[in-house]
Amino acid sequence: MSEKKLMKGNEAIAEAAIRGGCRFFAGYPITPQNEIPEYMSWRLFEVGGQFVQSESEVAAINMVYGAAGAGARAMTSSSSPGISLKQEGISYIAGAELPCVIINMVRGGPGLGGIQPAQSDYFQATKGGGHGDYHMLVYGPSSVQECVDILYNAFDKADEYRIPVMILGDGMLGQIMEAVTLPEMKDVSKLPEKKWAATGKNTGENRRIINSLYIEPDELESLNRKLFDRYALIAERETKYEEYLCDDAEIVLTAYGTVARIAKSAVNILRENGIKAGLLRPITLYPFPSKAFLEVANRPSVRRFVCSELSMGQMIEDVKLAVEGKKPVDFYGRTGGNVMTPEDIVEFVRTEVLK
Amino acid sequence: MAKVFEKTKMLTDAPFHYCPGCTHGIAHRLVAEVLEEIGAEGHCIGIASVGCSVFAYNYFNCDMLQASHGRAPAVATGAKRADPSNIVFAYQGDGDLASIGMAEIVHAATRGEKITVIFINNAIYGMTGGQMAPTTLEGQKATTCIYGRNPEINGNPVKMCELLATLTGPSFIARESLADVKYIVAAKKAIKKAFEHQMKGDGFTMVELLSSCPTNWHMTPEQALEYVRGDMEKLYPLGVFKEV
Repeated sequence: MSEKKLMKGNEAIAEAAIRGGCRFFAGYPITPQNEIPEYMSWRLFEVGGQFVQSESEVAAINMVYGAAGAGARAMTSSSSPGISLKQEGISYIAGAELPCVIINMVRGGPGLGGIQPAQSDYFQATKGGGHGDYHMLVYGPSSVQECVDILYNAFDKADEYRIPVMILGDGMLGQIMEAVTLPEMKDVSKLPEKKWAATGKNTGENRRIINSLYIEPDELESLNRKLFDRYALIAERETKYEEYLCDDAEIVLTAYGTVARIAKSAVNILRENGIKAGLLRPITLYPFPSKAFLEVANRPSVRRFVCSELSMGQMIEDVKLAVEGKKPVDFYGRTGGNVMTPEDIVEFVRTEVLK
Repeated sequence: MAKVFEKTKMLTDAPFHYCPGCTHGIAHRLVAEVLEEIGAEGHCIGIASVGCSVFAYNYFNCDMLQASHGRAPAVATGAKRADPSNIVFAYQGDGDLASIGMAEIVHAATRGEKITVIFINNAIYGMTGGQMAPTTLEGQKATTCIYGRNPEINGNPVKMCELLATLTGPSFIARESLADVKYIVAAKKAIKKAFEHQMKGDGFTMVELLSSCPTNWHMTPEQALEYVRGDMEKLYPLGVFKEV
């Protein structure tokens, strides 16, 4: 049965992951995501799962590698500096084609940075992050309910494509409390069998090996090509975005996550003031909804795009690539943990975009 | 004709890639024989690490996970907890376990993870060509300490059994040697004991095996075994350091 509850973003994410089948979690404390391991530390044992507070983020991602390799639905969470530490493990997970879910409640950087919300890990999340040719399936939810909906199905997607799935949140999304409808618990005993998993039950010719070492160049190249064929399939099937009042829009705002909510309010204020604004919101950040951007850019009504982020400008590179120079793209961002208001975006549109 | 000896079924038929005179082959066989004797077939996961034994996943006849450098105890933690009915072992060298993987081994041990770690101590980085290891002896030559390890410059060798035996989590910690037949027999007994403790759920178990590396020590296999029996055993005494 589904139920409605008032929940903090981080706790809703943890509960949705468990209802989606998560049975193993390893993590290390770091602000602003601590409610996720805290919730997992008691909740997982109630459903027959396992929780480990690891000695480091490095160990946590490798525990996830071990549990996922043995066939469990495994997850870890952290925030920016901790996610940097996990990059080697994520690369191995991608190379060994293991499914898992990784939460990044992004805080400002570089270095130790701050503990306030930021979106400055977009490049790291969408362009690889660790070494080697690989991608993750990356979601940028903008509400607690959307976090729940994405987490609930994230393990299915990870299993289907044997790919790490990342939820790129931010400190605000983790800390905010909202009413959410929680879906019912998935029956993990009825999940499809993982015919590749090193479950310990196999010997001889049926032995299963989880590995990312390919000494023969041709073998490594075929792995690289196989992974990228899979990414193309994911782009075809899993790309998600939201269009808001774009039909007659002259100014198209674009933003993801928390900023998309602020931008949506800015669209409403601009419309009240007679400016035809709309919002194009990527929900998957990798694959990026490039086709949707090009289609909107080709509309004669559209004059300019305005990309708004909590960074010095990272997603804007994908926006510019997607619109192929058909329309100009302006940038408005705040950093350091500062968050813009809808009025800030409205002011930017009035003074900088429509000048 | 009566069969008087058979290779253990817990090893595959893949030929070892190890150098002539290397003791990895002996260690592999001992572990595999013990796995067969304790009936691990069909419920066993091995973790290969980074170093000379990186290809261990080709040799053990069970499901295997290849771990990143130093992280085998963390990977083993995840694999064991995913299905505690499995016997889980990690096979690591000295660079992997005692240098880059120091945090993972100490914390897996202190958590009392119900896994068995086989620790090959040959006092050198073999796969990368003979650099100084955390366990390289004082005065021992390596490509990154060509005049011999000088504690003033290179620091001191680390004794893992002694270190881990101070913790509460381990149930069996022992050091044996592969440099002589009688030692090899004792090593097998220790390995078996470690796995039996794991099966009983007693806690973390590790067997360190003093091993030789004739290639990177620039010795004949016989000289290398002599070095293990002499200088190495003096610094790294054999025996059981903890059993509960």
